[in-house]
Amino acid sequence: MDVLYFAWVRERIGIPKEKVETTAKTVAELVEELKAREERYAVAFSDLSALRVAVDQELTDFDASIEGVREVAFFPPMTGG
Amino acid sequence: MRVVVQEAPFDFGKEAQDFASGHSNMGAIVTFTGVVRDADKGGMDRMVIEHYPGMTQKALETIAEEAVSRWNLGDALVIHRHGELRQGDMIMMVATAARHRVDAFEAAEFLMDYLKSRAPFWKKEYTADGAEWVAAKDADEDALSRW
Repeated sequence: MDVLYFAWVRERIGIPKEKVETTAKTVAELVEELKAREERYAVAFSDLSALRVAVDQELTDFDASIEGVREVAFFPPMTGG
Repeated sequence: MRVVVQEAPFDFGKEAQDFASGHSNMGAIVTFTGVVRDADKGGMDRMVIEHYPGMTQKALETIAEEAVSRWNLGDALVIHRHGELRQGDMIMMVATAARHRVDAFEAAEFLMDYLKSRAPFWKKEYTADGAEWVAAKDADEDALSRW
């Protein structure tokens, strides 16, 4: 699946998008996998209350299933308007 | 209903005029425009708005559809910019058309409240000291609870 990062999450991880092969069943499991990879992921995901997630371009929560999805995006709380 | 996400400036007067003249039997047209102000600490050179291209249009359409279904609206318009902006530039506008003003005002406020914290935009302010992402305000999240 594609994993996308926006705003300071993108800056901390250092890339806007990457392909990830995973056996994770939920967003939370995917986060744990990413955190275990490298320090920059551990730093970006250190406080999940400061993050929001979208699965296939719909806002959801960290318990959401990611089985069969195409795209998961992580970003800080939005500041539109 | 019309939802536009664009980098280019928009002509507020023309958009408002076109929206207002496109409807018959609508007694109330409400418009709101968001304008770039200085950073809270002052000295802002520019603002850059990042967005999530695949999701932004859909998220805004969902919010606008909800407004149209919850209030007695004849129409709704949302325009939101991204990219680089400077103080005084218009960031976004919403317009609502209804037979009566209460529906038009309330739906416009609803649209604004949801755009602030449910549309995938992120603002970054550049000053002489460097750049900072604008933090979401608790008050903006709290504002959703009234709807």
